[in-house]
Amino acid sequence: MARRSTPLLRRLLAPSPSPTPSTPLAGAASRRTVTYMPRPGDGAPRGVTLIPGDGIGPLVTGAVRQVMEAMHAPVYFETYEVHGDMPTVPAEVIESIRRNKVCLKGGLATPVGGGVSSLNVQLRKELDLYAALVNCFNLPGLPTRHDNVDIVVIRENTEGEYSGLEHEVVPGVVESLKVITKFCSERIAKYAFEYAYLNNRKKVTAVHKANIMKLADGLFLESCREVAKKYPGIQYNEIIVDNCCMQLVAKPEQFDVMVTPNLYGNLVANVAAGIAGGTGVMPGGNVGQDHAVFEQGASAGNVGNEKIVEKKRANPVALLLSSAMMLRHLQFPSFADRLETAVKRVIAEGKYRTKDLGGTSTTQEVTDAVIAKLD
Amino acid sequence: MARRSTPLLRRLLTPSPSPTPSTPLAGAASRRTVTYMPRPGDGAPRGVTLIPGDGIGPLVTGAVRQVMEAMHAPVYFETYEVHGDMPTVPAEVIESIRRNKVCLKGGLATPVGGGVSSLNVQLRKELDLYAALVNCFNLPGLPTRHDNVDIVVIRENTEGEYSGLEHEVVPGVVESLKVITKFCSERIAKYAFEYAYLNNRKKVTAVHKANIMKLADGLFLESCREVAKKYPGIQYNEIIVDNCCMQLVAKPEQFDVMVTPNLYGNLVANVAAGIAGGTGVMPGGNVGQDHAVFEQGASAGNVGNEKIVEKKRANPVALLLSSAMMLRHLQFPSFADRLETAVKRVIAEGKYRTKDLGGTSTTQEVTDAVIAKLD
Repeated sequence: MARRSTPLLRRLLAPSPSPTPSTPLAGAASRRTVTYMPRPGDGAPRGVTLIPGDGIGPLVTGAVRQVMEAMHAPVYFETYEVHGDMPTVPAEVIESIRRNKVCLKGGLATPVGGGVSSLNVQLRKELDLYAALVNCFNLPGLPTRHDNVDIVVIRENTEGEYSGLEHEVVPGVVESLKVITKFCSERIAKYAFEYAYLNNRKKVTAVHKANIMKLADGLFLESCREVAKKYPGIQYNEIIVDNCCMQLVAKPEQFDVMVTPNLYGNLVANVAAGIAGGTGVMPGGNVGQDHAVFEQGASAGNVGNEKIVEKKRANPVALLLSSAMMLRHLQFPSFADRLETAVKRVIAEGKYRTKDLGGTSTTQEVTDAVIAKLD
Repeated sequence: MARRSTPLLRRLLTPSPSPTPSTPLAGAASRRTVTYMPRPGDGAPRGVTLIPGDGIGPLVTGAVRQVMEAMHAPVYFETYEVHGDMPTVPAEVIESIRRNKVCLKGGLATPVGGGVSSLNVQLRKELDLYAALVNCFNLPGLPTRHDNVDIVVIRENTEGEYSGLEHEVVPGVVESLKVITKFCSERIAKYAFEYAYLNNRKKVTAVHKANIMKLADGLFLESCREVAKKYPGIQYNEIIVDNCCMQLVAKPEQFDVMVTPNLYGNLVANVAAGIAGGTGVMPGGNVGQDHAVFEQGASAGNVGNEKIVEKKRANPVALLLSSAMMLRHLQFPSFADRLETAVKRVIAEGKYRTKDLGGTSTTQEVTDAVIAKLD
């Protein structure tokens, strides 16, 4: 690494043309000043595996790359071509992620039917990324029908309905297995409560359907209750998933952190993302004991949307905010703050918005606006 | 650690009585909301060596302890009694710091003359804490004669005039050696530029007296210039230390990050702390490759002030802000933010201030005010 870092650092640090001064929205309050004493060597560049993917993937990852360069962030990307119709994720990609420990992913379109297993799911199982996290919150300047939304959905990522264990019993009859284990339920509950503790969140809600699936979701709930006992300072309650979806659209402010098994998490995350501004702006990621993969928080099906790809109007905000999470994960908090501040300013200003936010800009225009608002 | 953490966690997490709601000064802008995805296990409690020390030390470290408990921060303290008149720092203390990697220190009074080497200096040399950092900035609500002060003084901590190499040549004649090496100058310059890079600082100023001490400070300057070449995006300039001290009190806004050898750094840090609000409020610490010791940023001689100790009016703000830096160092950013926000609110409100800030409160009153303003 030492041999790489000096020329890399020099290239990263060549002075960029000074950006146009940005209007100080909310003044100094929008910029954080924190006292922070780095360890020596904290500035060494870190490698990140980059998977552009399919559909809008290359567009939005290109946006992230441009912003990272403009910021001179100490990250360098190792790009790999992976497409949703490959049978498995190539071994070199997995090897690269194991080495770098961090990956940024655009989006892999999963073909419908046909027995081809989703590469997204495969990646998560291979690296044991057992927690998927989506942070859905109202962005200032982006009006939605629901206010006061600040929900974090923590979803078990490796088992449940997505086990991929299906078989055709007799022609025309298929069985699909939903597997719930104590081990996985316990660790996702532990992660959810630890997250709430570390981020000063007051409440954790477990989402389930144990009135119907008494044993499977019952086991999930038992694990959550056990872990809840160890955190007496955090409120814990349970909600059935159908009621939950209704409450999300009626009174979203009652939810704080939500811990869910695999399938419910997917749905709840997409509902929460939708009420808070859309899947185009919510950041998220998948984390395991050793690795982390960052991607759009909740991307319900728009990865392969041809029209957006043609017109280059994909919303880069979600992946930009996810890459800010990634910078924080790599312990570059100052760069993460600058990126988040710039993105929030662009959204608050409202001039450059893609179609899903009600505007007419292209991905490149939004990216340039973010770069212009970096300080 | 696993055997320790569960009962510890339970004790740390018993619900505290809810604090009185604080007036939302500057509204939501004073609270940061950032998207942050912790790794599993990030919430495990960390051990910190605590050295209360002499004079005001026990008072202010007691304040930090109370605030940490009120916040349920995942740190536990291992306290050791060390006093300035001991011949050396006890081996068990060094052993404990090597194990925990992080230490919080109140203050050790160094006896004047007599050949007893300072325990502070000894600690820094033993653990090779080669960078001392003080962040001097104006706090909102605390009026000073100088505005727009935001200076970080990075001071070489192991050599220079503080080598401790003195001898009496003949009775009545003493020689004291000031040692400057390329190795130490280079690494402090590297740390200063890396700090500036990681924290989005625009300028690094080297403070020297190379017109007189041509070889010694000349070597220091050479090292700084070499490192400056690797960071073309950061401005670099040099200033002679006497002019520097004058400029600090005339136009402090021209300084950003300052890198200095040992003695000048001590003086410059105390001047900068004085213009920005006093040594009672500036946070700081010492960092090396492996260890970090946090203490008041610049404590010019008030450690042993008997009157303050008697009346229990020592200002705990500096050590509280330093412990916020420590929490960030231990990767508990949410707790660090809460602590800093609470302290800043108390200062902005202006009701509870110790004598050095123009008020009449005791240490305990300020501590209680900070605890009340935690959210």
